[in-house]
Amino acid sequence: MADLHFLANPARFRRLSQRLLPSLSFATVLMLAFGLYLALIQSPPDYQQGDTVRIMFVHVPSAWIAMGGYGLLAALGASLLIWRHPLAALMARAAAPVGAGFCAVCLLTGSLWGRPMWGAYWVWDARLTSMLLLFFLYLGHIALSRAYDEPERGDRAAAILALVGVINLPIIKFSVDWWNTLHQPASVARLGGPSIHTSILVPLLWMAVTLLLLFVLLVLLRTDTEIDRRRLENAEQQA
Amino acid sequence: MSNHAVFVMSAYLVALVILGGLLISSLAARNRVRRELAARGLERSREQRAKAS
Repeated sequence: MADLHFLANPARFRRLSQRLLPSLSFATVLMLAFGLYLALIQSPPDYQQGDTVRIMFVHVPSAWIAMGGYGLLAALGASLLIWRHPLAALMARAAAPVGAGFCAVCLLTGSLWGRPMWGAYWVWDARLTSMLLLFFLYLGHIALSRAYDEPERGDRAAAILALVGVINLPIIKFSVDWWNTLHQPASVARLGGPSIHTSILVPLLWMAVTLLLLFVLLVLLRTDTEIDRRRLENAEQQA
Repeated sequence: MSNHAVFVMSAYLVALVILGGLLISSLAARNRVRRELAARGLERSREQRAKAS
């Protein structure tokens, strides 16, 4: 916790992020190149899903990151409301569009998987609907944080939405257990270990780490920009 | 790839467009804000940084 308080200073955070960004970009590109090779060429077709299983290597990590990203928004919201950390609001502004992007990837790739497997691009299934709600929560956060003339008021309103909306995360996770859904139950994060074969699990986890690095890279880059934008706004107010 | 190739390739294309778009827009926004800061003398421009190094 002391480290988090240490990083809450925007200047300190910037120095760290500017040191991290080049190596993070390099690692992401390398991992993405090998991940695409694993996902599209090296991994075998599934015995039931055939080649459509390759969509899972993008769809599932995007879902995990979209949910984790919303968890981050809620943590930043709490940090803003409780400790008034100056960086929390800026990072939340930076992270919300990135999380929304991953959520959109999850919904659209899931839809493209659903057409050949279920015969429909969309069904009002509990898992799909709760994921769509997560996307709307992201859009609400983006809209609310920009809805006020005073950015601080927008940041506080968006932080409250992030904290209220976090209730949707367990609903997404357990929707396949609580309701009779078309969406398959958990096959990786479950008691008793993953139920999928290693030949599918390895590219899936590789792509998950790769897309997580991309998420971190995008959030650091955008937070850096938000810090500069706030400096610019302060300079404009003083002029 | 089988007859499902169109769905697989479309899914990867969608991911590329959305995530690539996010990366490009993030870089463009950063450059725009830095140019504005440099114009106000609050930060060195890219040319000034290159000259200094």
